[in-house]
Amino acid sequence: MRALSWAYLALAYAFVFLPVVVLVVFSFQDGRLPVPPLRGFTLDWYAKVLADRKLMAALVNSLLVAALSSAVALVLGFLAAHALARVRLPGSALLRGVLIAPMTVSYLIIALGLLSLFNQIGIRPSLLAAGIGHVVINLPLCFAITYAAMGDHQKNAERAARDLGAPEWKVLALVSAPMLAAPLAAAFFLSVTFSWDEFIIAFLLTRFDVTLPVEIWSMLRSGLSPATNAVGSLVFLVSVTLVILLEILVFRRSK
Amino acid sequence: MTASVSIQSVFQRYGTAVALDAVSLEIAAGEFVVLLGPSGCGKTTLLNIIGGFAEPTSGQVLIGGRDMAGVAPKDRPTTTVFQDYALFPHMSLRDNVGFGLRMRGVSRGDRAAKADAMLALVGLEGRGDRRPHELSGGQRQRVALARALAVEPDVLLLDEPLGALDLKLRRQMQDELKAIQRRVGTTFVHVTHDQEEAMAIADRIVVMNGGRVEDFGPPRQVYLQPKSLFAANFMGEVNLVPVVGGRAPFGPVPVDDGTLCLRPEAISATGSLHIGLCRVEDVAFFGTHVRAHVTPLTAPDLRLVVHLPQSLAVEVGMVLDLGAESHVVLNG
Repeated sequence: MRALSWAYLALAYAFVFLPVVVLVVFSFQDGRLPVPPLRGFTLDWYAKVLADRKLMAALVNSLLVAALSSAVALVLGFLAAHALARVRLPGSALLRGVLIAPMTVSYLIIALGLLSLFNQIGIRPSLLAAGIGHVVINLPLCFAITYAAMGDHQKNAERAARDLGAPEWKVLALVSAPMLAAPLAAAFFLSVTFSWDEFIIAFLLTRFDVTLPVEIWSMLRSGLSPATNAVGSLVFLVSVTLVILLEILVFRRSK
Repeated sequence: MTASVSIQSVFQRYGTAVALDAVSLEIAAGEFVVLLGPSGCGKTTLLNIIGGFAEPTSGQVLIGGRDMAGVAPKDRPTTTVFQDYALFPHMSLRDNVGFGLRMRGVSRGDRAAKADAMLALVGLEGRGDRRPHELSGGQRQRVALARALAVEPDVLLLDEPLGALDLKLRRQMQDELKAIQRRVGTTFVHVTHDQEEAMAIADRIVVMNGGRVEDFGPPRQVYLQPKSLFAANFMGEVNLVPVVGGRAPFGPVPVDDGTLCLRPEAISATGSLHIGLCRVEDVAFFGTHVRAHVTPLTAPDLRLVVHLPQSLAVEVGMVLDLGAESHVVLNG
């Protein structure tokens, strides 16, 4: 019975991680095709990828879009969550629902909507447009995470801060936000990973400067190559690093 | 820094519910006043109105003669010690205590010095670098007190500050609170539902019930000469004896008609207000006194609680000749 449980666990992990393992293994392929058999070990593909100006530019673009759009989504989400948790407004429940609703809309629909809206108001497809798209998809996430973390504990501390003479923006900056540091960091890192991996919105809303997933897509169109595996492995490495950072900085500390 | 507080016919209504009903109080500068009453009596509502966390439906609050209508908590000369302490968990004790000074633009060095001095005042000398979670409940309460006093408010508001502490620590903190108030001279307005706490620390006690002030005076007066039956009952155990046509159930008494209030410890063998022979129904030894239930022989339906000296060997069935040393008669 015990052996069976372990086998099940091993299978489950294999199912989740086999594609990634295959991707990483064949990024070291000494040959032109990233398919079995493995002909030998080389770092040439990584060297090629790292020397590719367009790819590296896309990587920097991706990091910029992810960091900035996540920061904006976090600030907006935090302010909205704080307001809805502290102030009784008519239709609070409806306001909350409407803020979270974009989570249920597919990225394709959001991208199409933004595309036609941006056309109307004259925002050209660009990194800015993609960044706005990423704020749209990450704002509900940031809002939901911070809203769930707000409690009476902070409410009383905020009251004390006001009583001691703090104006509202200082209450937010010096008391509310630091007390919610862990959930805010969690929301930020999750937003960054989502933005980092996002393809459809970035694909439809960028043109000349593109993000990394879009660049990888254009690489794939010219056929399979261990170079794409190498890029994929690098993307995976960044995502893993973010998750580990999240674990170390946020979850360890809050225990 | 200290100031008087004047509350003038304040009403507070929530829909149809009346939380405060024509409350008027004059609190002198430097006075230690305790708002005492059961939960829901309006004492916390009144404290919130003084602190600016709620606006009264009607009526005026003056602090140091200045009308507080429309003045936000941060602009009032008041600070509050909250029941759950409401310390900032992400800041050191020094930064907690110095927070109010930081909001007033005091430089880092000056507020650290002031914060350390305040921590010393509350007995937490040299612990400025600790975090709130490293402290016990009583210590957190001291930090909350130091934080509220650091900005030298004219009036300090305390919202059941000792409610979360165990009994022994609470009695100890009462003494310290009183001593600190004497030293800083600030007007303290303190909310509690514990009448022993109120008597231990107050210059004057405000007894509240149902949104109204039932009684207002020094502990001795409120205890011995209460102005209402509610105040008499709330301040401690009391025997209520109806007097009609100059007669109590146990015989004629030389007092006006109404309700005769007799404290258990005021009843003794030497009391001048004669009750007569009473049979002891049950007895318990309380350490400081012997508590007994007695029934006057002339009024078998009446049961009186009496506190007799611990030296007196009282047994069930004994008959004692008792009288009251002090009394008060109330109407209603």
